[in-house]
Order: sequence, then C-alpha cells, then structure tokens
Amino acid sequence: MSDDKKPAGQALQKQLGQLSDQVQASQAWSSIFRPGSIFRKGYNDSPRNRSYVIMNSVLYHLHPVKVKRHAVKVSYTLCLGGLSFFLFILLTITGIFLMFFYRPTAAQAWDDIQTLQTAVGFGLLVRNMHRWAAHLMVLAVFLHMARVFYHGAYKPPREFNWVIGVMLLQFTLLLSFTGYLLPWDQLALWAVTVGTNMIGYTPVFGDQVRFVLLGGVEIGTDTLLRWYTLHVLMLPFVLVIFLAIHFWRVRKDGGISGPL
Amino acid sequence: MTEIPEHLRKRAEAAKAKAQGATASPAGDAAPEGDVAPAGDAAPVSGDEKIPSHLLDRGTAAADLPAPAAGVPAVPSGNSGPDGHNQRLLTVVKSGSIQDTKATPQDKVHVWPHLLLAEFLAALAITLFTLLFSIFVNAPLLELADYNKTPNPSKAPWYFLGLQELLTMFHPMVAGVTIPGIGLFLLVMAPYIDKNPSKRPEDRKFAISLMTVHFMFWAVLVMIGSFFRGPGFNFVFPWNSGLFFEL
Repeated sequence: MSDDKKPAGQALQKQLGQLSDQVQASQAWSSIFRPGSIFRKGYNDSPRNRSYVIMNSVLYHLHPVKVKRHAVKVSYTLCLGGLSFFLFILLTITGIFLMFFYRPTAAQAWDDIQTLQTAVGFGLLVRNMHRWAAHLMVLAVFLHMARVFYHGAYKPPREFNWVIGVMLLQFTLLLSFTGYLLPWDQLALWAVTVGTNMIGYTPVFGDQVRFVLLGGVEIGTDTLLRWYTLHVLMLPFVLVIFLAIHFWRVRKDGGISGPL
Repeated sequence: MTEIPEHLRKRAEAAKAKAQGATASPAGDAAPEGDVAPAGDAAPVSGDEKIPSHLLDRGTAAADLPAPAAGVPAVPSGNSGPDGHNQRLLTVVKSGSIQDTKATPQDKVHVWPHLLLAEFLAALAITLFTLLFSIFVNAPLLELADYNKTPNPSKAPWYFLGLQELLTMFHPMVAGVTIPGIGLFLLVMAPYIDKNPSKRPEDRKFAISLMTVHFMFWAVLVMIGSFFRGPGFNFVFPWNSGLFFEL
C-alpha cells in the first residue's frame, strides 16, 4: 500500500511544483513582485538581490538597503521602537474589527460590547487583544524612551527626533485614555472622571478645555461621541503623521545611534 | 564627432611642435595658458608632488627618448607615444582636489535578511504573546456606567495613577498641572539641556542618575497608587485587603 502511495505523492508534488513554476512565470505574478522580490521566480540569495529586496519594495520608504552592523543587534534596541509601531498596527487591525460592532452612545455602547463578547465570533478575543495590546504599547513606548535616554541617543543630531518621540508618547497616552471611556462601564466612567477632573485645574483655560473635551460640564453621551472620534480617527491620524516624521528623521540623522 | 576644446587643442599642438622641434624644451604641460614655458620654469608637475608611481614611470620612460626633462611626459617624435600609444598624460588630478573621500568605510549589513528577519520575529512574538494572554485573561467589563454609584476607590488608568497619588499630597493644580507640566517640559528639553556630548555611561553619571531617580519616582508612585490604595484612596496592603486595581 505504502509503495503505491509514494509515487502518487511524488507525482502530486511534481505537479504542484510545475503549477507554482507556472504561476511564478505568469505576467500577473511578475507584475506584482518587482525584480529582487524574494517571491519572484528564480530568486537567489546574492548581495545584489539582497539590496533589491529593499530597494525595489515599499519597504525602501522605511529601511535603507544596509544598516550599521551594531544597529541590528537586538540587545541594543531590544526592538522596543519597532514593537511600539507593530503594536500600533495590531491595535489598528483589532480596532477596526471592534468598530463594526460598536455604537458610541451612552444607550448602546455597553450593550454593544456585551453583545460583541457573547454573540460575535472571536469578539471577546479581539477585544481582549485590543485592550492588552494597548497597555503593552504604553509600556513599550515608555521603555523605548528609557532605552533611548540611557544610550544618550537623543544627543546631536537627534535632538529633534527626541522631541517628536516625547510627542508620540503623549499621543499614545491620549489614545489609551480616550479608549478607556468607550466601554461605558463603571471602570470607564470613573477613571475618566478622575482624569478629566485634573484637567479642570489647569489655570486660565482649564475649565474651557474640560468643557470642550467632555462636550458639556460632565461626562455623558456627547463625551462618548467626542472621545470615540478622537480615539478612532483624529489621534491616530496625528500619530501617524508624527510617526512618519519620526521614522524619516531616524534615517536622516544617520540611522540609529552608535554604540556607547 | 565631439569638438575638442580650443585650449586643449592648442596645447596639444604646441606640445607636438615642441617635440618635433630641434631643441627639446620641457613642455609646460599643466600650466593652463602657458604657450611656451621656459625650461626650468615652475611647471606644476614636479618631483615633489604625489604622482602615482606607475604614471611617473611612464612619464620618465617617454621623456628618456627626446631629452631628459624632470619627470615630465613629453611626446616623442612621430604620432605615437612610448609604447606606440597615441594618448598622453595631460595632467594628473591628485585625489583630494576634486574628490574628497571623507567617509571611512563602515561595517554594514544588509537589511534583508538581517534586520527584517529580527523585526518579523519580534512582531510574531508580540502577536503570539498578546494572543495567548487574551485567550486566558479577559479584559474587564464592569457593570453599566452609573452616575449615582461612585466606586470606592475610583482610580484613573494605571499610567495616571502617579498623578492621582500626587493629588493626595498637593493641591490639584500643583499635582495635576504644575508638576506633570514641568516634568514634561524638562523631558522635551532634555537634549537641549544636556550639553554633554559624550554617550558613554561613565561620562554621564549625573544625567543617568537624575533620569533614573525620575523614573523611579514615577514608578513608585504608580505602584503605590495601583496596589497600595484601597477604599477612600487610603493606604492598604494588598496582601491584607486584596487588590483594588483594574487594567
């Protein structure tokens, strides 16, 4: 039996190989993957192709073809900046999923979350991921800042990128804080009450800022809509712009900082 | 056919005439407009300049034929050079005059695969961690928000608990605005305040100590606020009274 099966398996393998050759040779395939892509037919691992992988792909906007050898040492960066960015992507993906099931009104928000958790496939899991990734991102951004400080990486010519980085930390905190209100449960309402009461103590314009943020004198359904818009649209939009500048400056300032 | 620049053509003709002439005077090769350079005049190409040795050899070999002229390549009679070539050395552009190689070669590696692979693995690891954590630990969802039921204690999100902790000690304007405001301002200004150019930890003892104290200050406040504050935001020990903390 097994002898009969083996040639059959081999034939199948051969056919699959031919099929993948045909697909890779097709016009559609080679129009999608530019020369140098590792998915292109006949890719081989040569220095020239390694350069093309970056140069001929959208990644060239993010990474140069080559970086200093110490820059790829995980023990230097601990991947913290990259992880912060990746967590932001993860949060965007899970957040879009949550948006399909959520209405930001005081009458519906909590019920929507409850329904999401109990009646939507993977709803609970995705909400959990969104929440834990959010806390992780705050942590990752904090640690990234500490890492940069201890390496003295904010020194010239990278002073301004540090400033951008502190802005990004604040946007991260604001994103997390605006998201905190959205479940509209007791935790959300009172945590945000404590937080926004502090804003009211800002001299001169504190009360006005608080009023604008809350859409009234106290937290209500208007606050929910405001914070929802801030959370899903405005703050991510601003954050992405600052991220772009942050990444661009990393390269313009000569890659990540050198060893100590 | 491309036009030969006027000054080059003139110079070539002058050199040719000189080489064919009875008196072999050294050609004022590199002098820009010198038609007839007198012998021994300071022609720029002289022995003290750093001409690559193989070019120098070629020049002297050529100069040997008509008359010895201090290392200046001259065209021998006829149309061909020393080895039957028709080209001749017009000038030597020393490195550093028009091309300045400042960059010292750096030890670099390809982003693919060295960096991308590490990034991919890190992304995979954090996704896996989040996924597993989310399978086993649920995000909190307390009962519906109710204005009439203030939970005791009411706590801000964990990253603001340091501020809330300060609120127990200072006036709200100091704790909620002044202290974090100054802290944030100093943080933003750090690169402009810290003028020390060195990145070595042994040269930055003060900066590192200051920042560490700063981090520790907030970390301790956040931990007290998170774990050691119970009903009425009074100080409790979590091992006696349990945790009053939701993420």
